[in-house]
Amino acid sequence: MSGFKTLTGKAASLKRDHVDTDQIIPKQFLKKIDKAGYGEFLFYDWRYHSQGQENPDFDLNKEETKGSSILITGKNFGCGSSREHAPWALKDYGFHIIIAESFADIFFNNCVKNGILPIRLSAIEIQQLYTDRSVSVIPHLTVSLENQQVVNERGDRFDFEFDPYWKNMLINGWDEISVTLQYEDKIKKYEFERIVN
Amino acid sequence: MGKTIIDKLWESHVVAKEVNKPDLLYIDLHLLHEVTSPQAFAGLREKNRKVRRPDLCFATMDHNIPTVDRFNIKDDTSRLQVQTLEKNCEEFGIKLEGLDSLQQGIVHVIGPELGLTLPGKTIVCGDSHTSTHGAFGALAFGIGTSEVEHVLATQTLWQNKPKQMNVKIEGELGYGVTAKDVILWFIANYGTNAGTGYIIEFSGSTVRDFSMEERMTLCNMSIEAGAKASVIAPDEKTFSYVQGKTYAPKESEFNEKCEDWKKIVSDSDAVFDQVIEINASDIEPMLTWGTTPSMCLPISGQIPAAESAFSIEEKQSIESALSYMGFNGHEKLEGVEVQHVFIGSCTNSRLSDLIEASVVVEGEKVHPDVRAIVVPGSQSVKREAEGLGIHKIFLDAGFEWRDSGCSMCLGMNDDIVPEGDRCASTSNRNFAGRQGKGARTHLVSPIMAAAAAINGKFTDVRSMLQTKNPEVDRYVGI
Ligand code: SF4
Repeated sequence: MSGFKTLTGKAASLKRDHVDTDQIIPKQFLKKIDKAGYGEFLFYDWRYHSQGQENPDFDLNKEETKGSSILITGKNFGCGSSREHAPWALKDYGFHIIIAESFADIFFNNCVKNGILPIRLSAIEIQQLYTDRSVSVIPHLTVSLENQQVVNERGDRFDFEFDPYWKNMLINGWDEISVTLQYEDKIKKYEFERIVN
Repeated sequence: MGKTIIDKLWESHVVAKEVNKPDLLYIDLHLLHEVTSPQAFAGLREKNRKVRRPDLCFATMDHNIPTVDRFNIKDDTSRLQVQTLEKNCEEFGIKLEGLDSLQQGIVHVIGPELGLTLPGKTIVCGDSHTSTHGAFGALAFGIGTSEVEHVLATQTLWQNKPKQMNVKIEGELGYGVTAKDVILWFIANYGTNAGTGYIIEFSGSTVRDFSMEERMTLCNMSIEAGAKASVIAPDEKTFSYVQGKTYAPKESEFNEKCEDWKKIVSDSDAVFDQVIEINASDIEPMLTWGTTPSMCLPISGQIPAAESAFSIEEKQSIESALSYMGFNGHEKLEGVEVQHVFIGSCTNSRLSDLIEASVVVEGEKVHPDVRAIVVPGSQSVKREAEGLGIHKIFLDAGFEWRDSGCSMCLGMNDDIVPEGDRCASTSNRNFAGRQGKGARTHLVSPIMAAAAAINGKFTDVRSMLQTKNPEVDRYVGI
């Protein structure tokens, strides 16, 4: 996985709360045994009508949101199942950053493990990302994980918190398992002590 | 300052603790199933890595399998997924209860049943309802596929310790009110976000009075309240449930273990980040009306209208739930007609659930407009129920009696609710499309589901139970 530093991109908004993983990637697409190619099924039931034709009213089907790399959404994004197919689908579709008021725990971890940066901002801050609220202009944002900051086109800056360990992991694009394997002695020691006690 | 159960479980599993890092936790039991594991095994293979402790892994297939004619998986991708798990388990030396096993079942049903789930363990599985195992005083939580791979390779996970919440439930439950109603009530009142960032300890007299199976139902759905995990202090009920199970410690070792397990309680001076107190007598039979588990009301309730919302966001979410569920708002829940009834899932498919539902069903007939299925949580539950003649009660009434699996809980197999139909379901999620595109799910307890099957509509199961057995003043779970 390549490292994550700074990204400038277009942000699509999906202004809904409690978007669950069944909406992000419906279960009929969980039967594959690889990680690739889930993007076309992202938000499937919202993106397509029953007969498979595109739903023109759905936010991500609007011409102006095409090519977005940032997704702005509401509270409790990614609630529900632990399926990692959800971040695989988001990433495959092209999203590298998700900005939300809050995330479900497992989903948050799953994002980080797949090189997607989940950012928590307050409802007010999320409002302020939009430089022009009267017309729904798609914001372009610059996100620096290094500085833990989101900057909009007007130059407003929004700081976000991020766990230092996961930050390091994302920035360096480390393979977490290789890192942990260096703890082999400690793991062995733990196992040994457990047997003895 | 005293320690909570969570502190004790956490501290006893820390392998490494360093500044500015999460703790490295040791994992005692890793449960696997066919849907969230293939990419993890592929990852190992790609990097030429081994499974560090295959003896601490245990696999089954449940999500994707048929519940009739189980060996004949028609869908090619489903079959491939099942075969992939078989192949992976063989290659990496992991024990698998496959389709042909007498012990096969939903992963969260068979873990406890086989004595794999024990007090004091850390337990993970690539499935959010791993919280179920917390009912035994284990620290059990769901993980994603990358973490599955990490545990396979290292038997550990990097974890930041969550905040802790004590949910105290005191008093006696009313007649016809079950553990399912308790957890639905909690989510209805505190929301699907209430537990985000927390591990919950359920305590109080109501919880102590619960059977192990009721405790599992409670912990199972704590994830629907957003919690990472939930725990209940193990007690004599826990020990006697565990005793004699296939993988549980035997004889003298068992007694020694019990002494250790007795220490898994929160000290009286332990401090929680949040405490919620609930009075059990406030709780009624519950059912969901919308598309999140918090859109939930007592059976006596009335569906809300969009005007009643406090904010624009809430108004939008009520509106979209009403339209998905085919309601206008203001309807009474009692009397809403259903076309499907599903008794199953890791929330409510254990023997006591089936026995309770059968009490309602006995001597009755499923309403002619309803298709009702019972999917036991495991093949063992199925056999035990058959030994007690329970299956006959369901079959005579017109229910279908299936093989075990996740089935209509998530509809990955053929067990799907058609678009626009309503289903009274004992499962745990009522998200849009969960049971099939356009399917309308109403979450209920097994006895409420049974009553809906007979009446063809939602009714207050308490009145049915009264006429059936007026002696019983509260329907007690086993
Ligand atoms: S029964 Fe439903 S909730 Fe439980 S493990 Fe299976 S799919 Fe998940």
